[in-house]
Amino acid sequence: MYDKQVRRRRAVLALLVVVSLILLTAYFGESPGSPLHSVQRGVVTVLSPIQEGASRALKPVRDLFGWFGDTARAKKERDQLKAQRDRLLEEVAGYRAALLENRQLYNLLQVDDNGLQDYEKRTVRIIGRPPNNLVSDRLQVNAGSGDGVHVGDAVLADGGLVGHVSTVTSGVSFVTLITDPSSTVAVKVLDDAGDFGLLKPSVGDPLDLLAQLLPRRARIRLNDIVVTAGFRTSRLDSLYPPNVPVGRVTKADPEELQSQQQVHVSPIADLRHVDFVQILIGPTASGQQRAQVGAGGPAGAVGGP
Amino acid sequence: MSPGDGYQLPLRLAALGFLTVVVQITAVSQITVFGVSADLSPLVVAAVGLLAGSLPGAVFGFAVGLFVDLALVQTLGVTSLLFIAIGYGAGRFRELRDPAHGLVPLAVGAVAAAVSTVGFTLMQFMLGVRAPVSWELLRQTVVTILLGALLALPVYALVRRVVQGSLPDDPLRRRRRAYTTGGLSPLQRPSAGR
Repeated sequence: MYDKQVRRRRAVLALLVVVSLILLTAYFGESPGSPLHSVQRGVVTVLSPIQEGASRALKPVRDLFGWFGDTARAKKERDQLKAQRDRLLEEVAGYRAALLENRQLYNLLQVDDNGLQDYEKRTVRIIGRPPNNLVSDRLQVNAGSGDGVHVGDAVLADGGLVGHVSTVTSGVSFVTLITDPSSTVAVKVLDDAGDFGLLKPSVGDPLDLLAQLLPRRARIRLNDIVVTAGFRTSRLDSLYPPNVPVGRVTKADPEELQSQQQVHVSPIADLRHVDFVQILIGPTASGQQRAQVGAGGPAGAVGGP
Repeated sequence: MSPGDGYQLPLRLAALGFLTVVVQITAVSQITVFGVSADLSPLVVAAVGLLAGSLPGAVFGFAVGLFVDLALVQTLGVTSLLFIAIGYGAGRFRELRDPAHGLVPLAVGAVAAAVSTVGFTLMQFMLGVRAPVSWELLRQTVVTILLGALLALPVYALVRRVVQGSLPDDPLRRRRRAYTTGGLSPLQRPSAGR
């Protein structure tokens, strides 16, 4: 009797296991349109109204358990957010203090002409413009060598860089604008890293400047300020003094930055409507030359256009 | 014993299995505790094995597993295989050891949850399901087993209540039969009748 029970038990167990394995193998090897899948879909179809009814009926139970879980989660989240808020408040306070300090320092620098205290600022009137700024973008001003103007002097307007004096006569000078096709300015983008690049006008739209040769992974954002980089070596000085505002970033496309290493910059000075400019007349150290990066060597020559 | 008594246990187990799977799918699976949801099905199968024996446990496990696979549109046979092992193992444990400790269902429930969780994961890997093996998976497995152990006792109590009175050698039934047939205690029953 006992042996019979054992044999029966084992037989049933083996049968169940074999059936399961057959089902598994058959189902696994079948296509979605096969009989087992069809049966499964039929069962699901039959069960779906029951499941829907049960789901509605058991919703209060789910909500009850969910309420406990949500409450615990909300409390944890609240604590995390409180800690985050406190941390951010501290950061904001620090940032505000830094901002205030920055403004004060900026104002001080403005008073000192952005560190240009060694330069004499001479305000001059624009007396002429070339008709076609696509080929040559220059201005003619009413001050020359007789007024202490030199070739290579930087020219500002509206607080931003306009260009440099490229030609000097005794009474007038010619200013080559930063939008001139031959112009190249070494610049620094005031992003988080202070990335350096070269600013050149884009072909066909001189007012659209391109800051090129920037790092591919530079984190440059819209409206970042671009200033002159300025450099000084034993034999060569930059044409422009450092930290003179040049423009604002108007387009910083990561793809363009990645592929062409450039962003678009709009000049701060309103180059098309300005009537007066300021020439920075500064001392030139003996034995040193002033250079414009990438613009074909020392700029300009004394003489008329 | 009335003629209908032989069908009582299968009927009750069928209803129990059906309700278990429906409740599991529609409610329990949607409640998460520490990022995992409890699985009542292996606990119920283990409880049935403990209460009814290895053969009913295995058959019940096969049926519930097949129903789960059908309802959840899973590979047929996977859950059946696992639940057969759980039901049969729990039943054999009860038949061989006859445990009397009150916490036995808890231990059996934990083992059932472990077999179900780990076995299902392993079988899915064997069937070619690509899932990242990570500490997160391990953590979820451990939490699922702990949750199963916690729920094992109430599930066992519920299952016992459902199948009470329909088991072949149910203690209540034995006492009732002894009382009505002249006072034979279970210890005095002839062994041939087992």
